Amino acid sequence: MSEAGSMFTLQFDEAICASCPSGACLVKCQYLEADREQAKREMLKIFRGEDSRVLQECVTCYACEEYCKRGNHPFYLITQRREEKGILTAPRAITRQWINIGEPRGKYEVGEIKERALSFGFMPQFKDIVKGKLFEDVMPGYFFGQEYFCNVVYIHFANTAVIKERLPRVIRNIQELGVKEVVFMHDECYAAFSSLAPAFGMEVPFKPIHYFEYLYQRLEGLRGDIRPLHIRVAYQRPCSNRLCPRTHRWVPKILDLIGAELVTRTYQDENALCCGSIFRAMYGYDLAADVQARNIEDIVKSGAEYCVFNCHGCQNALSDRLARKGVRPIHMVELCRMAIGENPGFEVP
Amino acid sequence: MEDIKRRLCDIVGERFVSDRAEELFFYGRDPGLMPPHSPDFVALPGTVEEVREIVKLAFREGVPVVPMGAGMTLTGLCIPRKGGIVLDMKRMNRILEVNDRARYTIVEGGTPTGALKAYLDAHHPRLRFSIPDSPAATTIAANVMIHGQGRLTQQYGFNSDMVTGLEVVLPTGDVARIGSCSLSPDWFSKGAPLPDLSGLFLGWLGTTGVITKVGLKLYPRKKMREVEIFITDSPDFIPDIIYEITHTEMTEDINIFAQPLPLIFKDNHHVVVYFTGDTDEELEFKKKSVFHALDRFIKNKDGGFMTVGPGMKQSLLDMPQRSASTFADVTKGGGFEYSGPIILVEKYPQCSRKLDELAEKYDLKYHATARIIGRGHAMMFAFSFTFNRADEDMMDRVRAALREASEFALSAGGVFWKPTVDEQRRLLQAMDPVTRRLMQMIKRNLDPSGIMNPGNWEVP
Ligand SMILES: Cc1cc2nc3c(=O)[nH]c(=O)nc-3n(C[C@H](O)[C@H](O)[C@H](O)COP(=O)(O)OP(=O)(O)OC[C@H]3O[C@@H](n4cnc5c(N)ncnc54)[C@H](O)[C@@H]3O)c2cc1C
Ligand code: SF4
Ligand code: SF4
Repeated sequence: MSEAGSMFTLQFDEAICASCPSGACLVKCQYLEADREQAKREMLKIFRGEDSRVLQECVTCYACEEYCKRGNHPFYLITQRREEKGILTAPRAITRQWINIGEPRGKYEVGEIKERALSFGFMPQFKDIVKGKLFEDVMPGYFFGQEYFCNVVYIHFANTAVIKERLPRVIRNIQELGVKEVVFMHDECYAAFSSLAPAFGMEVPFKPIHYFEYLYQRLEGLRGDIRPLHIRVAYQRPCSNRLCPRTHRWVPKILDLIGAELVTRTYQDENALCCGSIFRAMYGYDLAADVQARNIEDIVKSGAEYCVFNCHGCQNALSDRLARKGVRPIHMVELCRMAIGENPGFEVP
Repeated sequence: MEDIKRRLCDIVGERFVSDRAEELFFYGRDPGLMPPHSPDFVALPGTVEEVREIVKLAFREGVPVVPMGAGMTLTGLCIPRKGGIVLDMKRMNRILEVNDRARYTIVEGGTPTGALKAYLDAHHPRLRFSIPDSPAATTIAANVMIHGQGRLTQQYGFNSDMVTGLEVVLPTGDVARIGSCSLSPDWFSKGAPLPDLSGLFLGWLGTTGVITKVGLKLYPRKKMREVEIFITDSPDFIPDIIYEITHTEMTEDINIFAQPLPLIFKDNHHVVVYFTGDTDEELEFKKKSVFHALDRFIKNKDGGFMTVGPGMKQSLLDMPQRSASTFADVTKGGGFEYSGPIILVEKYPQCSRKLDELAEKYDLKYHATARIIGRGHAMMFAFSFTFNRADEDMMDRVRAALREASEFALSAGGVFWKPTVDEQRRLLQAMDPVTRRLMQMIKRNLDPSGIMNPGNWEVP
């Protein structure tokens, strides 16, 4: 079961783990060491509410949500137990700050909304890039601000209580806009409305669409305008995409459509590496520096000319250093605009 | 009076003298909370000779002289409390010399910080000075006169510690040279190895003479500058955090701020740490050292480095930083004032709690900022409030809150920085009597007729 399809639940079935042939959740985990037996044992301990090193060591990369192919939700279980036991993932001040950031404060923006709208979460950066032909059928039908913010980021902080408290109000706010479909420009928002909210028993009275799907369809409609880019690109997959893993399949499809070659590199698809920004805030220097260095080296080695971002958080964390190494950072939206001959705000070689 | 005006016109030319009501109105007040008082004349000298002539005239006639830069201290230090002549120094704004090997500059007494910054940017990109966050029009001479602090204060101390020499017109009209420049063409030291006479002027708020030239140390300017913010939810951790960061000796400036709005800042104390470097490696090494110095706080979940977005980063890296000016208008109505004592860093928790208490008691918008001075040797802690100038009641509440803040700071071992006249009085009362007498002797000898910025540093 997964997002935007059959009913999504966050159930965790002990028996499924007990018979698991792989222990993939922790065996594939890039931050914890565990073999198959250890993985199963730790997950069972966590399930039973016992202490497990995983509760201390998990760095919230979300990836085990995708590694487990057996319908269990290891990361949500870890989160739930941490929350029950009051195990902090981040320094108190960081958690507090994020909770405060998401507090509604009447500074939202709502464009001219019709039946379909674009959600920028609370990332005003999208206002600068969501432009041109690709969006002409919805823009200026956008909204953003804390009032429309999914709040899913708090699972990094083992704090689903905030999500559960705020999400119903956010759903109501969106509903009041009178929309039937919402295209979400950020994975976490999409995951929130396509899977988490229903799993929490909240009814979502509009259809969530991931912007990858939207882009793909728009590009197909604009096929005649596409000038194949003939560039080599690496893709930085964000943690939040693990919460809606089925959307990842659009990446190669979009790139193929616009004539961009997706390079092969170590840290891609299931093996994607975190951008490090959340690690930095939660755990300090070493982990973040290590993953960032490995990730950047991998991108550079792959021969990519561009690094395509899906999340502005990743883009902020890695852009400067990539640019200094000769790899141009670009958001997926900007890349697609470039392919239909639009200037994404910088000079196209 | 007509006679004085005529003689002022003879000295500086008619264009540069005024006794028109509208000008006297502006020269009689500052953006802070001190009551206004009009001068009788405003004069803008263009040369040392003209300053001399004006001071000699004032000395002969027993007319007060108030030297003024941009008038932006906010504590009324240029308000001519006893009338007389406001000596607006802004025409004396030339940068006379930059010695790029010995890293110092000589500027005239009315040179704005913005002018020196622009000049160095254009002609000496490898040099910088300790720029304060005050508006670009504020002057270097006034800033060292009030023992200001700037971007290099954590590394090298008060901006006045960076003075390498002075030329001062004494209250009698004599011109004195202070430091190596008193006997050498080179302005490398304000005192050592001679007796340091700069103390007769710096900190005296223009009551012992008019600075017409300042020698100021310049420092290496690295190619890159970066900023990180460490946040913690309790003021009690701040002294230890500062101790660990300063121990690394890897940082440029260190500021702390706490404020309830916007919400991103609520509940936390923010230690803003600046880094400089010529290469990525240098910058990264410094950052790494500071991150590691704070590992124990991170491990205990007592604090962490927040993510600083590109917009916030840019505004923090601005020099001068405009956030103070922006904050100044959160209440609308443009009023902003702070009481900024110099006090030990270990008193941060007390100061912070006192500020919370005052904001609540007087129902005011507040902002706490601190700038680390030296390697944690002290800090300037600003109890800042904003107010609406059209709201008399709010202004009264701010006055009361500031008075209480000052009282508290003094009782906690602090000393007022750029003190108002009332605060100067309180400092003199609290001071060791022998020190007070020494100040009295100096003042009486240098300014026997008490014409220089009267009201200030008046030892009873
Ligand atoms: C938004 C804001 C931010 C600020 N940030 C900082 C900061 O980061 N660091 C800091 O140090 N300060 C700061 N200040 C305080 C103050 O503005 C500065 O210290 C500034 O340098 C004062 O310069 P001025 O020319 O305005 O001084 P003025 O107010 O003109 O003069 C100050 C004193 O010096 C005397 N004086 C002036 N010129 C002479 C002279 N040539 N000879 C003898 N005496 C003279 C005056 O009589 C007066 O007593 C800030 C102020 C504001 C409004
Ligand atoms: S969570 Fe999934 S992958 Fe992990 S042990 Fe259980 S069934 Fe296997
Ligand atoms: S969220 Fe990431 S770090 Fe945590 S257990 Fe799962 S895969 Fe490992």
